[in-house]
Amino acid sequence: MNPEEYLIETGKPFEWQYPLDYNEVIETECDVLVLGGGVSGCFAAIAAARKGLQVTLVEKGCVKHSGAAGSGVDHWMDCPSNPASRITPEDYIKPLDVHKGGYANYIGSYITARDSWETLRELEEMGMKIRDEDDVFKGADFRDEKSKLLFAYDYTTRHCIRIWGTQMKPALFKECKRLGVNMVERTMATDLLNENGEQGARVVGATGMNVRTGAFHVFKAKATVLAMATPERVWIFSTEHTGLVGRDGPPTNAGNGFAMAWKAGAEFVRMEASSHEEWGGSTGIGTVMFGSGSNFATWFPCSIVDAEGKEVPWIGKNGEIIDNFSRRANPGPDDDFYCLVLGGKEDVSVALPQLVPDLRERIKKGEFKLPLYADLPGISEHERRAIFGLMVGQEGHTWPVYRNLTRAGFDPDKDMLQVYELGDAPLGWRRLRYGGVITGWDLQTSVEGLFAAGQQLFDGMGVAHACSTGRWAGRHAAEFAKNADEPAISTDQVSRERQRIYSPLKTEQGINWKELAAGIAKVMQDYCGDTKTDELMKIGTLAIDEIKHSEATQLHARNPHELMRALEILDVLTVCEMILAACRARKASNSWIFFEHLDYPENDPDDWRKWITIKLEKNEEVVGEAPLDFYGSLTENYEKYKID
Amino acid sequence: MKESKVYALPNRITPNQPVLIDVEVCIGCNLCVEACPNDVMMPNPEKKEVPIILYPEECWYCACCVMECPVKDKNAIEVNWPMMQRVRWKRKETGQHYRIGMPNPPAPNTKPPV
Ligand SMILES: Cc1cc2nc3c(=O)[nH]c(=O)nc-3n(C[C@H](O)[C@H](O)[C@H](O)COP(=O)(O)OP(=O)(O)OC[C@H]3O[C@@H](n4cnc5c(N)ncnc54)[C@H](O)[C@@H]3O)c2cc1C
Repeated sequence: MNPEEYLIETGKPFEWQYPLDYNEVIETECDVLVLGGGVSGCFAAIAAARKGLQVTLVEKGCVKHSGAAGSGVDHWMDCPSNPASRITPEDYIKPLDVHKGGYANYIGSYITARDSWETLRELEEMGMKIRDEDDVFKGADFRDEKSKLLFAYDYTTRHCIRIWGTQMKPALFKECKRLGVNMVERTMATDLLNENGEQGARVVGATGMNVRTGAFHVFKAKATVLAMATPERVWIFSTEHTGLVGRDGPPTNAGNGFAMAWKAGAEFVRMEASSHEEWGGSTGIGTVMFGSGSNFATWFPCSIVDAEGKEVPWIGKNGEIIDNFSRRANPGPDDDFYCLVLGGKEDVSVALPQLVPDLRERIKKGEFKLPLYADLPGISEHERRAIFGLMVGQEGHTWPVYRNLTRAGFDPDKDMLQVYELGDAPLGWRRLRYGGVITGWDLQTSVEGLFAAGQQLFDGMGVAHACSTGRWAGRHAAEFAKNADEPAISTDQVSRERQRIYSPLKTEQGINWKELAAGIAKVMQDYCGDTKTDELMKIGTLAIDEIKHSEATQLHARNPHELMRALEILDVLTVCEMILAACRARKASNSWIFFEHLDYPENDPDDWRKWITIKLEKNEEVVGEAPLDFYGSLTENYEKYKID
Repeated sequence: MKESKVYALPNRITPNQPVLIDVEVCIGCNLCVEACPNDVMMPNPEKKEVPIILYPEECWYCACCVMECPVKDKNAIEVNWPMMQRVRWKRKETGQHYRIGMPNPPAPNTKPPV
C-alpha cells in the first residue's frame, strides 16, 4: 500500500509515523567513534571493543543490513594468506604495478593481502559460513579438499574464496551487540568536530541527525573512524530509475564521509580519477547487476553462446585464444596467476581471461548471432551449482534473483539466461574511481585522531579490504584513544552545524533535493566529464559555486527523510568541488587513472608521475603532491605498525 | 468496477512497486520496515496492518525486507523488479523462450540454493 492508496481506502492522509523532535539534542561520549556501520565500520567497532574500549557506531540505516554488502556478497578476494593459497602476499600485489601503474593504495592492499585470512576466520567464528562443510562440491576443481574452502577466478593459485556472504552483515551485527558496541542507528553523521572548531586540528567527535525523528546528536570521542564509503550521484541522477541510480553503493552512500573529512581539513588523493561505469546494471538503468546472463564476477567462468548455440571464445593473459573451460580458471604453465583487478587497466595485459575483445566486430561479420546466453546447461554440474546455486544465491541483489527466477520456472540444468550487456557503458556516464583520504600505515588521516577504513580510503574496494582495513583502523584508533587527552569540543562549531542542517526546513517553496541532484550532475557531465579542458573546468567550478550560493540555499525539506536526502546532495556538491579542485590541478593526461585533459593530451609524461593531493586550510583549497611510493617498505612498515 | 471517489493525484514516480505485500498473509510485524536500510517503508498507523511503501524509487532491490519476513514462506512479501528489469531465458533443448511475468509461466523449480 502506498500513501495514495491509504488515502483512498481510509479517507485520511498518511501522516509521519515517527515522533518528530528537531529541538532534541542527544549527547554521547565514547573512546572510539565509528561513523558508518557497513562492513568496514562494523569491523573497526569490533576491533576497538575487543581492546576494552567504549565504542559508539553511528549508522544511517540499520547495521544488520546496511552498506554495499548489506544483502550479501559472493567473493572474498585478496586472500593469498589462506592456508590453501599457492602465492605470497608480495606476489599478490604485483598486479597493482602492472594494471594500475603504481597509482594504487599499497598500504590498504598489502594489509589486506596479509590479514584477510585472519579476518575471514574471525567472521567464521562470528557465525558466517566460509567452507563447503556439507561436501556439496566434493571433488570439484575449485575445492581444496583439506580445508573445504571453495575458490574462484584462479583454481590453481587459490587466493579468492567463495563465501556465504548473505550471512556477513547479520554476523557482524550480532558480534557488535555481543561486545556492547553502542549502535546508534537511523542516524546520519553530518559533520566532524575539530578541537576548538579549527579546520585541521585534532578531530574530537561528530554531529548527527536521526533520519526518522530529526533529533540532533553530538558525539564526543577520543578517536574517530570514517567508514561511510564513496559518493554516488555525482555525474548521474534520475528520479525514474531504481535505487536513486546507483547499485555500486546503496542510496545511503552519498559521500557524506568525503565532505565532512574535507571540511575537517583531511588530505585527499586520486580525486581526479574517474571512469565510465562498466555495466548499466550498477546504475539501475540496465538489468539487475549479475541478475542476467554474464561471464563476469559472480558468473565467472560461465560459457557464453550465441543465438544458435555457438560458443564465444575467450582470451588468456597474452591475448591467446582459450578453447577449453579448465584454462579459463587455471593459468597456463608460463602465466602468472589470474585475478580480478578492480579499477585496473586491461590493455596492458589481461589479468583474468575474458571474452574475445573484438566480439562486436565478429558479430558484424556474421560469425556470431545475437542475443547471447549464459550456457549454464553446457557446463559441469559443479560449476553450474557453484555459479547459480551458490554465487547467485549469496551475492547482494542476486539472492532474490535465485528466488524469483526459480519460482518463475527457470531451471539452470535446462535453461540459458540471456546476456544483455557486452561490457559497454550504456549511457557513457562516469563515476569517481577510487579517490579518498590518504593515510599513513596506522590508517590515520592527515588530521590527528581521524582514521579511515574501507572505501573511504583512496583505492579501496571489496569486502576483504573493507574488513581487514576496518580491523586495522579500529585497533589503531583504540591505541590512539588509550593515550589521548580528553577531547574538547567547540560549542560554536556545534551550534553552527545545527543552524546549517535544519535550514532546509525553514525555506519556503524552495527547490526539492531531486532537482538539485539532477542539476549538479548535469554540470559535472558538461564541464568535468569526458571532455576536460582548463576553460571548461573553470566554468564548471563557477557553476558549482553559483549553485552553492543560490539554488542550494533554497533547498526545501518537509520531514527528516527529505532532510537527510537534502543534506546528502549538499555533500555531493562539496564532493564536486573536491573533484574539480583535483582535476584542475593535474595538468597532464593520465591513462592509469582515466584522466583525459584535452589541453595536455600527451599521456603519462614522466614529470606528472605523482599523486596530486588536495585539502582545505582556512577554507582555502591547498594543492600538494606526493610520490606514488610514499608508503615506503611494505614488509617493514607492516611489521612495525601491526597491532595484535 | 468498484465505485469510489476519484481523487486528482499527481503522476506516480517510477518504479513504483518495488515490493509486493500480500495483505491477506502479512502479519503487520514491521520487521521489513526495520530491515530496510533506506527507510523505503513506514509502519501503518493501524497496528498489525501492512506497512506503507513511502519511498519506492529509493529501493535498491536488496530484498533484505524479504530476508527478514517471518512469513516469507507463505509469500507475504516479494521483490518486484520493474518491467524493464525482467530478464529472458531460453530452454536449450527446445529453443522455447520465457520471461518473468509471462502469461502461462512454466512450473516453478523448487531446488533451493546451496
Ligand atoms: C551488490 C554488490 C555486491 C558486491 N559483492 C562483492 C563481493 O562479492 N566481494 C567483494 O569483495 N565486494 C563486493 N562488493 C563491494 C563491497 O560490498 C564493498 O566494497 C564494501 O561493502 C565496502 O565496505 P565499506 O565499509 O567501505 O562500505 P559499506 O559497506 O557500503 O558501508 C558504508 C556504510 O556507511 C553508512 N553511511 C553512509 N553515510 C553515512 C552517514 N552520513 N552517517 C552514518 N552512516 C553512513 C552506510 O549506510 C553504510 O552502511 C559488492 C558491492 C555490491 C553493491
